[in-house]
Amino acid sequence: MTSLIHPSDTSTQQRARTYRDHQRPLWQRVLFSRDVAVWAALVVVYLYASATVPFFDRPITITYLLLDVAPILLIALPMTLVIITGEIDLSVASTVALASVSFGVLYDKGAPIVLAAVAALLVGVVCGAFNGFLVTVVGLPSLAVTIGTLALYRGIAVGLLGTTAITDFPDGWTDWARGRIGESDIPSIMIPFAVLAIAFIILLHFTAFGRGVYAIGLSEGAARFSGIRVERTKLILFVLAGAVSALAGIYYTLRYGSARGDNANGMELQVIAAVLLGGVSIFGGRGALPGVIAGVLLIGAIGSALRLADQTADVINIVTGLLLVVSVVGSSVLGWISSKRRRRGAPEPQHDSTGSGTTGSGQTEPGNTLTDTDGPVGERERDDR
Amino acid sequence: MATAAPGTVALELRDVSKTFGQVVALSSGSLTVTTGSIHALVGENGAGKSTMVKIIAGLYRPDGGTYALFGEAVDFRTTAEAKDAGIAVIYQEPTLFPDLSVTENIFMGRQPRGRLGRIDRKAMDTEARALFARLGVPIDPERPADGLSIADQQIIEIAKAISLDARVLIMDEPTAALSGVEVERLMTIARALRDEGRALVFISHRFDEVFSLCDTITVMRDGAYVSTDRIADVTVDDIVRRLVGRDVDDLYPKQEAEIGEVVLEISGLTRAGLFHDVDLQVRRGEIVGLAGLVGAGRSEIVQAAFGVDPYDAGTVKVNGKKVPPNDPAAAIRLGIALVPEDRRKHGLVLDSTITRNITMAIRRRLSRAGLLSSGAEVTTARDWASRLEVKTTTLDTLAGTLSGGNQQKVVLAKWLSTRPDVLIVDEPTRGIDVGTKAEVHRLLSELAGEGMAVLMISSELPEVLGMADRVVVVHEGRITAELNREDATPEAVMYAATNTQGASA
Repeated sequence: MTSLIHPSDTSTQQRARTYRDHQRPLWQRVLFSRDVAVWAALVVVYLYASATVPFFDRPITITYLLLDVAPILLIALPMTLVIITGEIDLSVASTVALASVSFGVLYDKGAPIVLAAVAALLVGVVCGAFNGFLVTVVGLPSLAVTIGTLALYRGIAVGLLGTTAITDFPDGWTDWARGRIGESDIPSIMIPFAVLAIAFIILLHFTAFGRGVYAIGLSEGAARFSGIRVERTKLILFVLAGAVSALAGIYYTLRYGSARGDNANGMELQVIAAVLLGGVSIFGGRGALPGVIAGVLLIGAIGSALRLADQTADVINIVTGLLLVVSVVGSSVLGWISSKRRRRGAPEPQHDSTGSGTTGSGQTEPGNTLTDTDGPVGERERDDR
Repeated sequence: MATAAPGTVALELRDVSKTFGQVVALSSGSLTVTTGSIHALVGENGAGKSTMVKIIAGLYRPDGGTYALFGEAVDFRTTAEAKDAGIAVIYQEPTLFPDLSVTENIFMGRQPRGRLGRIDRKAMDTEARALFARLGVPIDPERPADGLSIADQQIIEIAKAISLDARVLIMDEPTAALSGVEVERLMTIARALRDEGRALVFISHRFDEVFSLCDTITVMRDGAYVSTDRIADVTVDDIVRRLVGRDVDDLYPKQEAEIGEVVLEISGLTRAGLFHDVDLQVRRGEIVGLAGLVGAGRSEIVQAAFGVDPYDAGTVKVNGKKVPPNDPAAAIRLGIALVPEDRRKHGLVLDSTITRNITMAIRRRLSRAGLLSSGAEVTTARDWASRLEVKTTTLDTLAGTLSGGNQQKVVLAKWLSTRPDVLIVDEPTRGIDVGTKAEVHRLLSELAGEGMAVLMISSELPEVLGMADRVVVVHEGRITAELNREDATPEAVMYAATNTQGASA
């Protein structure tokens, strides 16, 4: 070791140790990830439903499926980040409703539609900022805060319009919201969604901000001591959740041509269910956006297939509910089994147990030989909680 | 009550082994402990002590070898079976139910029943009081466990062990987080238990404690038994040589460094109730030791200076530039790095990879046009991991699975990668083995030699005296002495750390 601070010396210095970057090759890490498992489940459900449910394989099914899940897809993006930091936002569907009503009322009162849309987005930003303020500045738990604002925002929305609805919107806008891209079967709303999805994927997976989001979810203390601005990060995420919910609210209004206080009732649960199904841990720190997108589509596809098979909404709810419980319980059970096996000393303990495909086949690679008997395993400090 | 005559073999492990996949955690562990004895078990981190303790406690089942209790071979499947056989393990950080009372914690799961099967609170309370009277410790059995010091929590674990009439007590690094007085109290209790005829195993990295408390010592290295001796027959040097398998010529390799201008300047730093009017300067090339008792406010001072904790008054400057309060990101940018006291909670994200941990504080600097690539992270992490000789095969190993010493190297790598001008280290060698300790000391010394300003908090007096150019002593949140290397004797430091009067700067 000649110099520790100055990097120029390291090129000539002989390395004491060499490291492999990863325990498993890239294809294994990708293939055995939770994201791929959810996508695979989506493909299986799609193929099975196409083969067994009448009319499911028609292109129109995909069009309507995407139109229906578009608001959930949109809101799931910021919700994923919020849940990865270990927080939750239950007020998103109420924000959808409040933005929808604000949009409708302003347009109804004669405001230009663009202005009404911008104002609705601002309403969403304010809703999110209020949640974020209560969580980060006042220091209240987000679960309690957003249960409160769930009722508050919904209450304001219903109060503004009562039981009436505003249904008169410009045809150009409503047609676009129901329309498709050119001659394809893909709805137009998928364009803004794709743009947002790419933006959120970059934000979460390819920026310093995103690294901070994961760190906060895994250890808030360590994040703070590393110079990550925990409060600011969470505030930004709540504002994003509010803004995107408002965008979904505008879309929802135009798609159904109706601004009502009870729009998107209960949608927060669908969003959270899809996010968790997509592999995001409710305890924070784990999950990725590709899996979440597949999770939303999976829930949508199952619902759509059951509807086409003439099942009632109750059955659809029961099936999606069960699916969620199985997926959450399933990953917990898998984690428990692998930690149990680790404790009993069956497979090599360094491997992470998050991937759903890696049920501990004891993958040991040639490189993992005797060189390191002194290191990681012998004295992991008390892993026996 | 333990009835066996002193000198009976209580616990005997012979050639016990345990492997995890291809990694051998314990190749041949042997340990023979007799009743009425305190037996020291020493070894570097990774030597297999903890694995052996977990086998004794029934948490792991050995792959090979024999394990006998009072002459009978045993094979525990669960920790409950081991407990029933009279084995108790006291961990460094006990896990109590914080909301329950001390008494309820002691009798958890086996509360005495009165009429109609109701819990007999009176009997429980009487027995708890009797236990504490016997241990000579004034803990109120009715208070909640929450808020008790780690030392008191350990006493409760010991009380629990006695009420279960444990015949073999294993203390796994119990003193690592205790202050001097608390260590004394624990040692008194340990001696009393020995005199009752129980067998005790004491694991510690601190040789002064081992030599004053224990009568027999077993050394382990690389997962294998090395030697067992009566403590009177060996010296610290013998033991250290056996521990590392070579001579550790110098545990405190302090180099002479050229001391330059002031880099870190703390003036008048105050936070009501914690610390007052703290003035502190650290110069280029200088190692300043911040000494004092546990709880004197040393960690609070540096955490406030770094910005993770607030302060009421005062200023912090680095290279003449003011560091804004409550903003660790700004402190990092201005060149401060803090290796925190609590490695597992504040130093590392345990469930994250080595790579992500090392690059966590420089993730913005690694970004190009706002984008951060895994490639850049891995390159940087590989570079720093190899400079600090982190022992691992792959960089996506989770930090939580590394040994204590290797975890500390990852934390150091993380902070050195920020290229700080001031490195603050809070208990840099707590809970790490002798070999790694010497490595950390050499590293700090080299860094100072290269012109870094180092501020080191340590509760180990030899470390402070061995490493520091200047020792600043804190007592109850105030600086009570500032001693140059030549004036810093153990007596002078302890005097200032315990008594405000008479100590002059």
